[in-house]
Amino acid sequence: MSAHADTPAIPISFKRRAHDAVHDAQLRKNFRGAMDFLMAKRAAQFPDGDELERLRAFGNRVRARALSKLPDLLQRLEANLTRNGVKVHWAETVDEANAIVHQIVAAHEAKQVIKGKSMVSEEMEMNHYLEGHGVDCLESDMGEFIVQLGNEKPSHIIMPAIHLNAGQVASLFHDKLEVDYTEDVDRLIQIGRETLRRKFFEADIGVSGVNFAIAETGSLLLVENEGNGRMSTTVPPVHIAVTGIEKVVENLRDVVPLLSLLTRSATGQPITTYVNVISGPRKADELDGPQEVHLVLLDNGRSQAFADSELRQTLNCIRCGACMNHCPVYTRIGGHAYGTVYPGPIGKIVTPHMLGLEATRDLPSASSLCGACGEVCPVKIPIPAILRRLREENVRPPAAEPHHMRGQGSKYSRRERYAWKAWRTLNTSPRLYRLFGLAATRLSGLIPADIGPWTEHRSAPKPATRTLHELARDHLGED
Amino acid sequence: MNARDRILGKLKQSLAGTTPIADDYDDALLTAPWSYPAEHRVTRLCNLLQAVHGETVLTTAAEWPARVSEALASRGIDELLISPATAHGQQFAGYLALNGLVTRLKAYDRPVEQWKDELFFSTPASLTGTLGGIAATGSLVVWPTPAEPRLMSLVPPLHIALLKASEVVDNLYQIMQTQRWAERLPTNALLISGPSKTADIQQTLAYGAHGPKELIVMVLQDA
Repeated sequence: MSAHADTPAIPISFKRRAHDAVHDAQLRKNFRGAMDFLMAKRAAQFPDGDELERLRAFGNRVRARALSKLPDLLQRLEANLTRNGVKVHWAETVDEANAIVHQIVAAHEAKQVIKGKSMVSEEMEMNHYLEGHGVDCLESDMGEFIVQLGNEKPSHIIMPAIHLNAGQVASLFHDKLEVDYTEDVDRLIQIGRETLRRKFFEADIGVSGVNFAIAETGSLLLVENEGNGRMSTTVPPVHIAVTGIEKVVENLRDVVPLLSLLTRSATGQPITTYVNVISGPRKADELDGPQEVHLVLLDNGRSQAFADSELRQTLNCIRCGACMNHCPVYTRIGGHAYGTVYPGPIGKIVTPHMLGLEATRDLPSASSLCGACGEVCPVKIPIPAILRRLREENVRPPAAEPHHMRGQGSKYSRRERYAWKAWRTLNTSPRLYRLFGLAATRLSGLIPADIGPWTEHRSAPKPATRTLHELARDHLGED
Repeated sequence: MNARDRILGKLKQSLAGTTPIADDYDDALLTAPWSYPAEHRVTRLCNLLQAVHGETVLTTAAEWPARVSEALASRGIDELLISPATAHGQQFAGYLALNGLVTRLKAYDRPVEQWKDELFFSTPASLTGTLGGIAATGSLVVWPTPAEPRLMSLVPPLHIALLKASEVVDNLYQIMQTQRWAERLPTNALLISGPSKTADIQQTLAYGAHGPKELIVMVLQDA
């Protein structure tokens, strides 16, 4: 993935961005308000804790079952989609996926693309890629539209413009769309509606993501509230759906528990306004719908996660965003600080497979391991355990076998290794330990006042004048 | 080797020696918490639809054309997109003729490409049938057909849907099984649960994002 002037570079400077974000009072306020709102909405949808726990376990089993036969299901999906008249494409990398999309675009001499919300297309930086080839790519989800207008990236996977308040959107619309300044949200949405309405039928191609791809029936299921997803997949003559290879489920009925978990966890709704199940292009006697439907299946590091049974659970994800909504780190630094397409806890465990640990080395440590993400995950991904695992992969010697991850050992340091080795020796040898205790207490005056990061925000530690062992011996009257 | 073979090859290699997880589908968990006494189903569906700004009208198989006419008149709408090929389309046309009403009826009788502009900018209302309703979530089941195409329930700012009370079921799992969806899904199958909406600006709910601004569900209590 290349870094562009208008997109965040690979997240090497995570710490700096996080530092800036925690000092941005407006951003902090916007996120705090939004996260409190989303947590309360979700909680209201699950009044029965027992039902929630049983449904989470069910959702986990449905996803685990699909992954346990993933190659078979992908082939079944392909066969059934093909039978239904949908063309299936495979891409190992985002470059390949973009090339496939570009080929379709070029074959139709398309100039305008309208997009429903798709995180995989963000992963591909499809807008940027197509613009580079002279094709206009317009986002039609209100949040995505706002973010695109401001030349920004989504800060949340469900609510892309969550970092902005109404006043900020009002200024943006006023500047970019030359409309009167208004903070009235209804009016702002109507401005968006009017601006985009004509675009839907001018567009040559519609692009969407996929929430669930159903192998049994050869269907693509999309959920949404606005209707832009239905527009993008119905009005233009060509529909291209892009999705990750993990999104497949075995049977149509498998979507019932997942759908319930998804909408209730994501936005606290019993169901979204639209559930849109697409099983093919327009038939001869039908009067609307695209003449051509394509599905692009993207790997982009997913098969690496798949190869390890613990890391494979990362692919259970149904992209509800509940983990970020409940994350104390995400709430305080917002989505942009991560510098990755997928922010928050899920981003921290999925992005290393996409970009390599070398580009995401700080992400696994950007967590207090409080466990909130794992507790709310509707498909029970053990996110904290996977974060710990990634920390381990981060410091394993780069050449050590087995090699699970691209960028293994990105934080490996020989000095740190030696330090821990010394620590272990010290703590496993009683004689050495006693000697160290004596030295630390008797020579405490030698500890410098400045010991790196420790003393940036605190005073230097001051050992007691006698060790705990000595004090205990005194207390027990021993000599 | 192409991308497809390489991806499938990697996945298969990762699964070597493992057994697929058995399907222990727990349908009780999807039905038991979402079952209602027959007399409560319609009420629950109406309440949930109203909670998301849907309008519901309890009426009958004979009376609904009058209710639709009133709904249109109260909004100053004098034309309706409705299919003459359906029984309800014919019933509504008959009602207008009998009562000397001048509502203009428009049919979606040609491919969308031939009348996009009119559909998008001068079609204020549409009426479609449904295949049933779901009490658990307040949803309508809509399977577009050549007579009532996909955009009919999406583009006009007002969408009116006819729902037979007898076709309101408890939950999605049930209707999926009884109507045997897995064997016969159409090109496009929809669940519609209210008018189009968004909360993308500061979590403030606004209706009429890209689809209908209003949804009126005519519940035919004796049908």
